[in-house]
Amino acid sequence: MDQQNIYQPYLMQIEKITEEAPGVKTFRLKFTDENEGNNFSFHTGQFGEYSVFGEGEVTFCVASPHTRKGYIECTFREAGRVTTELASLNEGDTIGFRGPYGNIFPIEDWKGKNLLFIAGGIALPPMRSVIWSCLDQRENFKDITILYGARTVADLVYKHELAEWKERPDVNLVTTVDPGGETPDWKGDVGFVPTILDRMQPVSENTIAIVCGPPVMIKFTFPVLEKYGFTDDNVYTTLENRMKCGLGKCGRCNVGKVFVCKDGPVFTRTQLKQLPDEY
Amino acid sequence: MEKELKILKYNDLPKLIERFRTQGYPVLAPVRKNKVVEIETVESLDAVALDALLSTQSAKKAAFPKVEKVIDYTLGKNAVQQVPVNPETHPETILFGVRPCDASGFKSLDAIFGDTPRDEFYLKKKEKTTIVSFSCPVADSYCFCTSVGGGPGNTAGSDIQFTAISKEELLVEILTEKGAKLASHFTDLLSDTKGDIDKNKFLAEVKVVFDMNAVVGKTTASFNNTALWLEQSLRCIGCGACAFVCPTCACFDFQDEQNTKKGVRLRLWDSCGFSLFTLHTSGHNPREVQSQRWRQRIMHKFAYMPEQLHVVGCEGCGRCSRACPVDMNIKEHLTSIGEIVTV
Amino acid sequence: MSELINKVTQLLNDKTIDVFIGYEKGSADRIRAAFARTAEQAAKLVYTASCTQNLAGYLMKHEVKKLGKPGLLANVAALRSIMQLASEFQVKDGEVYVLFANADGSFTEFTSFASIEAYLGTTDVGIKSDEQEMIARLEAMSVQERWLFWNKEFDKCIKCYACRAACPMCYCHRCTTDVNQPQWIPVASHERGNLDYHLMRAMHLAGRCVNCGECANACPMDIPLNLLTYQLIDPIKNTFGATAGMKADAVYALSTYKPDDKENFII
Repeated sequence: MDQQNIYQPYLMQIEKITEEAPGVKTFRLKFTDENEGNNFSFHTGQFGEYSVFGEGEVTFCVASPHTRKGYIECTFREAGRVTTELASLNEGDTIGFRGPYGNIFPIEDWKGKNLLFIAGGIALPPMRSVIWSCLDQRENFKDITILYGARTVADLVYKHELAEWKERPDVNLVTTVDPGGETPDWKGDVGFVPTILDRMQPVSENTIAIVCGPPVMIKFTFPVLEKYGFTDDNVYTTLENRMKCGLGKCGRCNVGKVFVCKDGPVFTRTQLKQLPDEY
Repeated sequence: MEKELKILKYNDLPKLIERFRTQGYPVLAPVRKNKVVEIETVESLDAVALDALLSTQSAKKAAFPKVEKVIDYTLGKNAVQQVPVNPETHPETILFGVRPCDASGFKSLDAIFGDTPRDEFYLKKKEKTTIVSFSCPVADSYCFCTSVGGGPGNTAGSDIQFTAISKEELLVEILTEKGAKLASHFTDLLSDTKGDIDKNKFLAEVKVVFDMNAVVGKTTASFNNTALWLEQSLRCIGCGACAFVCPTCACFDFQDEQNTKKGVRLRLWDSCGFSLFTLHTSGHNPREVQSQRWRQRIMHKFAYMPEQLHVVGCEGCGRCSRACPVDMNIKEHLTSIGEIVTV
Repeated sequence: MSELINKVTQLLNDKTIDVFIGYEKGSADRIRAAFARTAEQAAKLVYTASCTQNLAGYLMKHEVKKLGKPGLLANVAALRSIMQLASEFQVKDGEVYVLFANADGSFTEFTSFASIEAYLGTTDVGIKSDEQEMIARLEAMSVQERWLFWNKEFDKCIKCYACRAACPMCYCHRCTTDVNQPQWIPVASHERGNLDYHLMRAMHLAGRCVNCGECANACPMDIPLNLLTYQLIDPIKNTFGATAGMKADAVYALSTYKPDDKENFII
């Protein structure tokens, strides 16, 4: 990669495509240039700009954990111009990747604590990176609880991994779907994420909560966490805004004076409360 | 370096451009075209509109053009081959006859593009541009450079500055190493100054209309003053004229263009005034209405940039106001922000 | 002036309208749009020969709509804009209170679309003579010359979209320029991008342009954009017998089919 050109992407080959849910796919990406791959490292919480040449770039968090080297994964839903084209690609095709950008989840600081992951819909991917990063060093953490909800059973992503987490004795996984989204053989919960969280009566002592999901889910989840005594410093989330450069220059992702791309995307609720309503 | 003062005969001015051209330097200068004054490549002094108050657009395009290639690639079967785009290839260029606010406007762009990671597309072009400004003998009611720390004879950002001190003579201030290097091409035309010259006598009078620190402070505190932003921007129609003529606006977009064999990614000027600027694919827009976008424009220049990059993102050139189809006058709006009693 | 101010104050006081869109003194010798919601604001309204901006475009602005029922100080172009907007179902009869500025400085109230239509029926709505001259000059050019003329003009374009923003008929929530699936118009302000944009815009205004000239007035680069759409006025009129902005219930010539439509343009 050209060191002088901060906008030049790495070339990545699509090694594997997994269909996660209707319109949702996961790509495993390998660096076309092996050296670049060996020199590449990132931390959980960071994001990148993925490009389909001829269409443009799109922003996603890296969905794979930083503890696994040699590849990165991204999970996306077909929505706009670039993701639609991305979805039409095949294994072996080349795309571009710029990154890693942004700040990280301070996993090191969480050692010795309980972790409570709360995710909704297509927001599990950014959290999946954190979950696996923590599970890959499981001994460093106490209880790990994952609450994941989607609109319908079909919309749940990473179904194989959900099954794997369900099996693990060292993970407490709760899955739920919105009322009406269940199938006859659905064994998980039925109800909105905040409702289920309330029913779970989470313990706030020595616990970090990581919340990722659509704005409405986040809005109703925070009060529940507050009710159970979670302090704002112990609640984390990751923001997204429209981005182009990812480097704090193009001027569109700022929330007040804070650039989501440079100062974020990971924020504690304490930080979030200081931000104006611009996201 | 310490600045050097010299005198140049007005009649020798055409020789400068001739020599720059003979040396192979492209010369960019203001050129009058009907009602607009554009910054363009010139071959001789005849083409230069030295009498123009200001060019319609700023001089930023010398280092930050409206369209610029950032990646270049060829397409194979399912592979892509990138062709490096070298920011170094820009020729040494002379930006001639621009105003002090144009020269100092680059400091905002330097701060944005020079912040880590460095944007060499801009920085290399800027590095290779020598700025020869002409101080302002006249100003109009849109000018407010003195309110934002500049002035009609401000030398910040210029490599050489000329000031007409009589019909026959120009005061030449050689301000930087780059300026000295350029001046070496016309040393023979320069003579020493005789006695002290009070440059201010030859400059336009531009009244200070507001206290910049007060405006910065009050802008910072006014984010939630919805009524203020709405009242100021009701007539704003959401075009990008202000941003595109502005010497300090640096926001940009990327767009890909390709045919079956090859493609490019272009970096284009963009504007926070456009509704599409922040629109999410979902349809959600964090800056949904024009008053929020107007607020962003003012906050970015007068609250965020001072805090984060230690530079106010405005030179007081007034171009935005002159170009605005609906008379959004930034000087007036800033003055009224400065007059807010409690925020 | 006092007639205007008194009238508007009264309209605001008796709640006939919530906001009056008129003019006030602007920077230097400019005049600009004003949005009077109080008597105090109404007192700042002016009307002079320089009040030429077509204010009808503001009827489509989200934040202006939120102010409540509008009154509008209209010139002929604004009246026609309202008629055209009405024919495109953007404003309904009775939704806008219109005060028309007569040439003699007096004002006429238009409270219904019918009264506007009646007035327009007796008024010259053609383009100005200097504009006619420019059109004639363009039409006298060879195709090659005309191509060069416009290329030179478009070369100045910086794609600030002031023309679109100023146009009372460019109210589309998502303009063709902004559509990216597919990307019909290149976003870049280069030769192709500028040409495609201006031609697309001209075509979308064919038969809808009310010749107010706001596009050209708005252009910071002084491109005579109005000539593009003005040149399409006569062909539409001659081919389909339609003039934009004359009737509130007009059907748009280019989106309707009649068995007797001329088809000579196809080949």
